[in-house]
Amino acid sequence: MLERVELAMPTLPTGTLLKTVAAPNQALSSLCAEVDPKDSNILQLAADLITTMHANKGCVGLAANQVGRAVRVFALDVSNHPKTTKSHGLFVLINPEIVSSSRNEKSREGCLSVPDFTGDVKRATQLTITGYLPGSDSQITIETQGFEAKAIGHEIDHLNGYLFLDRVAGAHAIFPRKRYL
Amino acid sequence: MTSYAITVFGTDRPGIVATITSTLAESGANIEDTSMTLLQGHFAMTLIAQIEIDAQALEAKLATALGEDLTVSVSKVRPDQTTGALGTSYVLTVQGGDKPGIVAAVTKIIAKHQGNITDLTTRLSQSLYLLVAEVSLPTGINLEAINSELVNVGKDFGIALHLTLVEEDVL
Repeated sequence: MLERVELAMPTLPTGTLLKTVAAPNQALSSLCAEVDPKDSNILQLAADLITTMHANKGCVGLAANQVGRAVRVFALDVSNHPKTTKSHGLFVLINPEIVSSSRNEKSREGCLSVPDFTGDVKRATQLTITGYLPGSDSQITIETQGFEAKAIGHEIDHLNGYLFLDRVAGAHAIFPRKRYL
Repeated sequence: MTSYAITVFGTDRPGIVATITSTLAESGANIEDTSMTLLQGHFAMTLIAQIEIDAQALEAKLATALGEDLTVSVSKVRPDQTTGALGTSYVLTVQGGDKPGIVAAVTKIIAKHQGNITDLTTRLSQSLYLLVAEVSLPTGINLEAINSELVNVGKDFGIALHLTLVEEDVL
């Protein structure tokens, strides 16, 4: 049973497809900076992240440093993923902070920025975060679980300069992959 | 029965493991520990097995069964090389641009602090280099000292290094 929660995402400008970067690009190891959620450039970036995420088949999340912008912004949409149990639909979150995380579970994940590998990583499946929607200065709280929690954990890791490769469970937890599915 | 280490390396194709293990079974060998992977697409396998027949005879038998594309070696090992779980287990991850000397620089620090690498994987794909090691460090070691040395190596090579405690839940 899929639990859906709608966030008040604003109407965004038309998005442009951006070029994504792959490891070992230094942008992916950088701590991203907080930004003003009402800045028009950030609204444009939010739209561009959504367009770029949708252009990559199977991609459920995209962080700003994956398109070479070291700012704390990510796009997410797990609503069509078969593993999703709770979804906040398509949204872009700015300056996200983890309030609480628990119930770690190990699963295999990949990343648009690491096209040749997948890895087994432990992530929280119960997650509460705060952040700002594009164009808004009201902080919102998102409580989620399961696959969406893991996906958000992956994106916030990006904004802190971490890839899943930095969190793999052991020497036999990295696997070759031919392409991004 | 005597313990032997059997290593097989060469061009990968379906059926290699079946051929090796069938030959060993026919020779009355008892397989103990095994590790197998593909390294840049090459088949690489090491086994420890208890064998009754002569090592040279087994090596010849395996070589014939496997063909020219695979190199086989069989050598005697002392029966029990288990060191047991000494110290505390950590996972060391390294990722970044490929440069010669990364593995040497990182493992030198581990060795200096009497750390024992118990499992190691390195992978290269295009320009991305990965290293994941399981490291047993002596209990009570100065973790901050190791971490700061690792951070310095990371800066020198422009790579990301993380040393994480392995959580073991005994259920």
